[in-house]
Amino acid sequence: MKTIAEINEKIKSGKAVVVTAEEIIDIVKEKGVGQAAREVDVVTTGTFGPMCSSGIYFNIGHSKPRIKLGGGRVYLNDVLAYPGLAAVDVFLGANALPDDDPRNRVHPGDFNYGGGHVIEELVAGKDIRMTATAYGTDCYPRKRLETWLNLKDLNEAVLFNIRNAYQNYNVAVNLSDKTIYTYMGVLKPRLGNANYCSAGQLSPLLNDPLYKTIGIGTRIFLGGGVGYVAWQGTQHSPNVPRTDKGVPKRGSGTLAVIGDLKQMDARWLVGTSMFGYGCTITVGVGVPIPILSEEILSHTAVTDAEIFAGIVDYSDAYPQQKPDIVGEVDYASLKSGKIKIQNKDVPTGSLSSYSKALEIARTLKDWIARGDFLLTEAVAPLPGVESGVTFKPLRERPLQI
Amino acid sequence: MAVSKRVVLHFPRRLVEQPVIYHLVRDYNLEFNILRASIAAEPETEGLLVLELKGEQEEYDKGIKFLLKSGLKIQSLSQDVVRNEARCTHCGACITICPPGAFELDPETRQVKFLDEKCVACGLCIKACPPRAMEVHF
Repeated sequence: MKTIAEINEKIKSGKAVVVTAEEIIDIVKEKGVGQAAREVDVVTTGTFGPMCSSGIYFNIGHSKPRIKLGGGRVYLNDVLAYPGLAAVDVFLGANALPDDDPRNRVHPGDFNYGGGHVIEELVAGKDIRMTATAYGTDCYPRKRLETWLNLKDLNEAVLFNIRNAYQNYNVAVNLSDKTIYTYMGVLKPRLGNANYCSAGQLSPLLNDPLYKTIGIGTRIFLGGGVGYVAWQGTQHSPNVPRTDKGVPKRGSGTLAVIGDLKQMDARWLVGTSMFGYGCTITVGVGVPIPILSEEILSHTAVTDAEIFAGIVDYSDAYPQQKPDIVGEVDYASLKSGKIKIQNKDVPTGSLSSYSKALEIARTLKDWIARGDFLLTEAVAPLPGVESGVTFKPLRERPLQI
Repeated sequence: MAVSKRVVLHFPRRLVEQPVIYHLVRDYNLEFNILRASIAAEPETEGLLVLELKGEQEEYDKGIKFLLKSGLKIQSLSQDVVRNEARCTHCGACITICPPGAFELDPETRQVKFLDEKCVACGLCIKACPPRAMEVHF
């Protein structure tokens, strides 16, 4: 059929046919897979939800006299960052908190400000207060550094999220008798609500369930700018139950993504507080899928009604690492606002924004249609089902004292 | 004509021990439902009462006049709980948390609508909102 090089030629001449993963559904219904695959060149996807395992690294440049931050301590707006890489390279994770944040000492804690919020402010162009201590050496004598930092002055500032864009996710419920506060939101007792977190039919990896086109090196929309798939994400787990069409019915594949923070936009990197759980960041990711075959196209036409997720009890099964699920439900039902679990009507809420996911898919579509964004060939595939890769639990080996 | 309105009453400390609401019922024939109340604990703070008031328009107006004359400050409820539109990501985490159902997902746009006329200012959405887009201004 088509090659990525041919599609890129069409993009450059402004002739590529680009549609979103939502639009392709009706196109395939109307024209059939064969004709749609011939006519459509690229399908764009999008997702915008809280994504832990996100973070940034940056290089602040050398002070005079020099300081070696590695082995010392660094805070950014009082949030603990990690300097243990070298002299002036710093890593900040989205979950990091200020030392004096009370956490869950009075449960549930608020978690108003953490690493994700620092990242949002840095991207928004705000000054960030850095305070650091170090031990001092002959070549790096300085022991204290207090300075304002601004994104534009940093040598490199890179968003590097080691696990984003989960291919499907649990639907969270609470079977216990008291309210619980989780990373899946506030869950009311006795099946009081059910929270889900996926863009469903718009979600990147649900539109390429067998990783036929998305691989290492794929150019993507990341945080409002351009980024790349760097690797499979941590916890990447292709071997989970799948539908006949190959769509995983549980959390499955993940992506590690990377991109220059300086060209991103705080609208798509939003500091996030999960009441009673902690801080994280809501990240916008969009992946283009080149239509290289009828099979690839038919995967992009997946609908919410064909994507199923496991319903998990976050009061017991999840924390106790039990495999039990309460049931399975499709995303069309979840998005209707109400599902039936154990004969009870349960209202549903989402942590992932479908309207923003759609905005990402449309933005990426515009970039490609305008000729501003060319597709890349993956340099290596993500581990697929045949790789045998699974997400293993910790095998604890208690220390003998 | 009958009316039903939600109001926020700010009690200065000197009025906390006055049976103000009792007068609303006896003198103005108003029906009330307490949606939220907090007592002034420190001398510099004030008491707060969120009420739904029902009655005839004429008597309601007179009742409000009486409250103002007593020295209370009154706000309509919709001014108190607001959504910071720039921060809202329209995820929908608030929808199932809100007891009176003041958040609704628009099936067309998939955006979350905030129906402030349904809001009872309970405050549950404030911390349940992941980007902290809901703000309460009492």
